[in-house]
Amino acid sequence: MKNSTLNNKSFWAIFKKDFIRNKFLYLMFVPIIAYFVIFHYMPMYGVLMAFQDYSPRLGISGSKWVGFANFMDFFKSPSFWIVLRNTVKISFASLVFGFPAPVVLALLLNEVKSNKLGRVVQNITYLPHFISLVVVCGLVHMFTRDTGIIGRTYNALTGSKGAMLNNPSLFLPIYVISNIWKEMGWGSIIYLAALLGIDNSLYEAAEIDGAGRWKQTLHVTLPGILPTFVIMLILRLGQILGVGYEKILLLYNSSTMDVADVISTYVYRRGLIDQSWSYSAAVGLFNSAVNLMFLTASNYISKKVNGYALW
Amino acid sequence: MRRGELKNCRITKGQRVFDFFNICFLIMLSIVMFYPMWHVVCASFSDASELAKNEGVLLLPIQFNINAYSSMFKHPLIMRSYFNSIFLLVSSVAVSMLFTTICAYVLSRKNVLWNKFFNIMIIFTMFFHGGLIATYLLVARTLKLNNTYWALILPNALSVYNMIIMRTSFEGIPESISEAAYVDGASHWQVLWKIVLPLSKSILAVMVLYYAVGVWNAWFSASIYLSSRSKFPLQLILREILISNNTEQMAGVGGQDQEAIGETIKFATIVFATVPILCVYPFLQKYFTKGVMIGAVKG
Repeated sequence: MKNSTLNNKSFWAIFKKDFIRNKFLYLMFVPIIAYFVIFHYMPMYGVLMAFQDYSPRLGISGSKWVGFANFMDFFKSPSFWIVLRNTVKISFASLVFGFPAPVVLALLLNEVKSNKLGRVVQNITYLPHFISLVVVCGLVHMFTRDTGIIGRTYNALTGSKGAMLNNPSLFLPIYVISNIWKEMGWGSIIYLAALLGIDNSLYEAAEIDGAGRWKQTLHVTLPGILPTFVIMLILRLGQILGVGYEKILLLYNSSTMDVADVISTYVYRRGLIDQSWSYSAAVGLFNSAVNLMFLTASNYISKKVNGYALW
Repeated sequence: MRRGELKNCRITKGQRVFDFFNICFLIMLSIVMFYPMWHVVCASFSDASELAKNEGVLLLPIQFNINAYSSMFKHPLIMRSYFNSIFLLVSSVAVSMLFTTICAYVLSRKNVLWNKFFNIMIIFTMFFHGGLIATYLLVARTLKLNNTYWALILPNALSVYNMIIMRTSFEGIPESISEAAYVDGASHWQVLWKIVLPLSKSILAVMVLYYAVGVWNAWFSASIYLSSRSKFPLQLILREILISNNTEQMAGVGGQDQEAIGETIKFATIVFATVPILCVYPFLQKYFTKGVMIGAVKG
């Protein structure tokens, strides 16, 4: 092949030959490179403002450098512990309750004998994934108000008054449950795919060895979806401080602020509303750095422990 | 094949009990999942004052009528935002598909010296990004795209995840086919248009739908970049009418015509906003699932 003859030549010759052969490909790729440079790499350069006393008028090159002052301001501010605690709490609750839900649904669906029933359940549970977040949160607002069906039942049972979303202790359950409602079915697809990929002969062999259905589940089914499970878990753990702002912004209000304000919404408010650019960029950078650390760490651990890894 | 369909299992009493409870649980789960959607549809066809009096679950519309829909269609802001959303959907999906296809095509070619570098450079953006503030300042201040639709279309035009799915699918097309075309003097454009794309129709459908659902449901970028209300997409208007005013001050968007929206009109607007997706959903559900699986295989 061409490649083997290329080995002896100098780098420059390879470079030139490749360019002549692929120049139209590279020409096609110019807009793509431009897109990534402008919309992905320029913000990475822009995030340097976290180390500056940034003013949009002066730009990155003109603003004064202040080192880690913005980070220190954040770590010392009382908001730091509040938003950190809330982020970890919401993320952890979503992980503990939200992460296993699709797995359980997939396992139960996998055991259903009737094809028709399975398909109906699948279609219904996938559906909420396609409903927009605004509508989902709007529904949450409507149903949990004191006139809404859930809110009315809750108030009758506990004797409390008003909208459930104004009650700080209910914010977390509402957030997690509505998330499960929206994403459980969709999340189960990936596990169902893994379950369908398990070789039938494994079940037959287990049957011959005298394993009942429960034993087969334990020793064939669960190991069969383990790789998928671990990969999804790694991805999820990388997001441990990555509670998104969109849903929180749609659900919180001044009375639940203390329990609902997470790092990303804090960045949003301090940055886009109060316009303290450098400070909020520093908070955001802190957040992505921690996320990247968690992702790398969980990937590394998983690779060491059982050999499944993203890279 | 689904595990439950396998015949080789001995049927014991314990299994029957399990099957019974499993089916009951799944049916109940489906009802709970489905009810909120059914409630919205019923409420949108109900009479407003009767609906307010109703205390229990809503199994059928109360005093069936279509008043909510007729007043919704007369509402200038809702209709305008609906057309804005359709315009955004079409242009956004077109740009995204163009970028994604070209990117996936180039990266799927063999014997390209720089592809490895491009790949790393692109995948890196999946794991690290400049964040909300830097992106906002770039788009709104440096590029001065605020209050234009470009600010909504361009920054997220190419989803790396979707691109990887597409690249994987392009790589699956036997090399000999495109190789033969190159020998016959076909250009890369011709190979892409006449060979690769026609052979990847199902993956293209998946991508169009992924992007379309994303654009149709997006609200956040519109809320930070758009200032004139006449440009608002549907989801922003929906947020104004569905989500109580408390959050409004924080989000910095005031709703002036809040009081004019009656309860049933809210439900009608939800239905109206969700119908486009629900219409295509049953036909394309299979493809959606396929897309998830290809993505999963690639990790």
